[in-house]
Amino acid sequence: MSTYKILSKEVLSDHSGARIIKLTLNAPEISFKARPGQFVVVMPTEKGERVPLTIVETDTKAESITIIFQEAGLSTKILGALGPGDNLYALVGPLGHATEIKNYGRVILVAGGVGIAEIYPVAKGMKEAGNDITVIIGAKSKELLILEDELKTAADKIYTVTDDGSCGRKGFTTDVLEELFKKEKYDLVYSVGPIPMMEKVAGLSRAFSIRCIVSLNALMVDATGMCGCCRVTVGAQVKFSCVDGPEFEADKIDWDELKKRNCMYLDKEKHICKLKLNQ
Amino acid sequence: MRREPVKAGELAADIRTQSFDEVVAGYSESQALLEAGRCLQCKNPTCIQGCPVNIDIKEFIFQVTRKDYRGAYFTIRKTNNFPSICGRVCPAEYQCRKACVLNKSKLAYASHDAINIHFLERFVGDYGRRNNLKVPEEKDADFSKIKAAVVGSGPAGLCCAGELARKGIKVVIFESLQAYGGVLRYGIPDFRLPDEVLDYEINCLKELGVEFRNNVVVGKSILLDELFQQGFNKVFLGLGAGVPSFLGIKGENLCNIYSANEFLTRINLMSAYKFPEYHTPVNIGEHVLVIGGGNTAMDAARSALRLQKMSGIKPDVSIIYRRTETEMPARRLEIEHAREEGIEFKFLIQPKEFYSDEKGLVRGLNALSCKLGEPDSSGRKKPVAQEGSDFILPCDLAIIAVGLQANRVLSSVTPELKTDKYKDIIVDPGRMETSIRNVFAGGDIVGGEGTVIEAMGMAKKASRAMLQI
Repeated sequence: MSTYKILSKEVLSDHSGARIIKLTLNAPEISFKARPGQFVVVMPTEKGERVPLTIVETDTKAESITIIFQEAGLSTKILGALGPGDNLYALVGPLGHATEIKNYGRVILVAGGVGIAEIYPVAKGMKEAGNDITVIIGAKSKELLILEDELKTAADKIYTVTDDGSCGRKGFTTDVLEELFKKEKYDLVYSVGPIPMMEKVAGLSRAFSIRCIVSLNALMVDATGMCGCCRVTVGAQVKFSCVDGPEFEADKIDWDELKKRNCMYLDKEKHICKLKLNQ
Repeated sequence: MRREPVKAGELAADIRTQSFDEVVAGYSESQALLEAGRCLQCKNPTCIQGCPVNIDIKEFIFQVTRKDYRGAYFTIRKTNNFPSICGRVCPAEYQCRKACVLNKSKLAYASHDAINIHFLERFVGDYGRRNNLKVPEEKDADFSKIKAAVVGSGPAGLCCAGELARKGIKVVIFESLQAYGGVLRYGIPDFRLPDEVLDYEINCLKELGVEFRNNVVVGKSILLDELFQQGFNKVFLGLGAGVPSFLGIKGENLCNIYSANEFLTRINLMSAYKFPEYHTPVNIGEHVLVIGGGNTAMDAARSALRLQKMSGIKPDVSIIYRRTETEMPARRLEIEHAREEGIEFKFLIQPKEFYSDEKGLVRGLNALSCKLGEPDSSGRKKPVAQEGSDFILPCDLAIIAVGLQANRVLSSVTPELKTDKYKDIIVDPGRMETSIRNVFAGGDIVGGEGTVIEAMGMAKKASRAMLQI
């Protein structure tokens, strides 16, 4: 039967104990089907969680896909401990709706942290569709800034920002976004990153009347629309991120609800990490 | 003198709620013989019409009285592929037992006097399982041209695959999750249907040559067209009703409010009750409310109570239902078991709004009292909420179990596949063929939420039509 073999592994960042890791996986069917904006669910082991991760790259020749994640909880740490030749217990996808790639005109993409990996396929797709691409990427420090070179190939303009000023400008992505909004005209904003950042991007876009799409990282279980764990309120409607998203119009999202729901298992996560990793 | 019905052995309530072990032990041989001996062997048996797949109940019970358990097994297997499963989960009191002449109840469900047909079926099914009895294959060279794809490995899919494989047809089952069984795996808890019973049936299909492919979401990983391009010429869709309904009230997305599907999937499919050995978490509270009156509500409530006990929390789980006990659609045995285990039933209550603390954790339910009014379209008396009757039920975890809708993943990308207003797939009822030629459907994706045995009945009908080349 199908094996979900890891073909290669690269540590993109090894800083302050939260490594960012890139895995290339053997996934013939998914490599042909996946479109920008879609994700896979990965089960690292039989006893593991079902972890949703954005598909960052596909290679139909090598029949592989690439995922990038930061070692945050137990599941991503288990995943990060695997290497070339190892098999995942389960891999399913591509899931979720693909990004609507078309010529919008001028598109600006804003990403923070590991969200940078998630805007890369969208930036590439939007560029190929003839858009003028501006990218703003931000991280805590230089060491955590990933895919800058790759994004340069897809972007007409790129701005880098770090919290501590160790690379590019000191500050936040939204500082740059606000300045650009004041002097430039954009037709679409696309953003992935920490919830407070996306919320700020959404607020700025609303203030400047620019359409803004965000890709949400709600908690999921089956990720095929069967459980409602990932439900988010968009306008007056309750949507499931896994099958109705993961992208939504940013303007109407109930950010407060999403923030709180994403913290539901923090205690359990701390407990299991302490138990399984500090032995 | 007419004898009293024979009760099946059960684990005591205080013992069984400390684990997810099976509650009903089933009949011993002597118990089965006693119960079978109560059957009147009616000249015109009404029970058979009460069964959705018309099992020859009179005959199999007669065979049990003759200790011909093998014969009884094959009698059931003529129309029911999974007697061990149905004997455990069939709502018999609404079906065959309601039609039994010994039933004295005028209600929607049978009184305890009716023959315990389900326990006898389970006894016979388990006999067949323990002795590995196999229905003979009926291979036919004519069928070698058929290559069938079965989408979904729930009751309908498993049944259809088995029927086709017995005829020598090459069958591949596609399942979106990592484990097979559909709702029998992620929905029904181990204390009602242990994994070993389900695994046995799946293994039998594997032995028959059925190929199982997990982690494939048809409609996402592969489209319907592509199945035909890959060489399949018949497709069966057993997609199920996997989408949870919510109440649509304020505060429903607060933290620690689950759909029953999510709560049960975490526990059953992902083994969250064994956290941290298994890595998927599930939360539990001190005051749990379960909204709904069906089997899923009972399963969720009883699972929650077990989690409380296993976490050292004093059990406090309540079922909140808009009508009264009589109208509850759950199996009577589940209601009885839930009550024995300490689940509290609160009737004639309509949820109005959940409220929370500043962290967004649910803290209580604002509810209204109801009175029963005129019967509605379901034939049950309609609950009418009383204005101004607001009261508060404290809760720190709530589970919404108010029904399920059609799985729309495939239909949303397959416009040729005709669906009704509920997004259920429309089929020709005689052949179970959909609006797309050579694509058949059955189970909950046709006509909405039903029972395992109804799903199986549809799958069998479809499998017969799929044999026509």
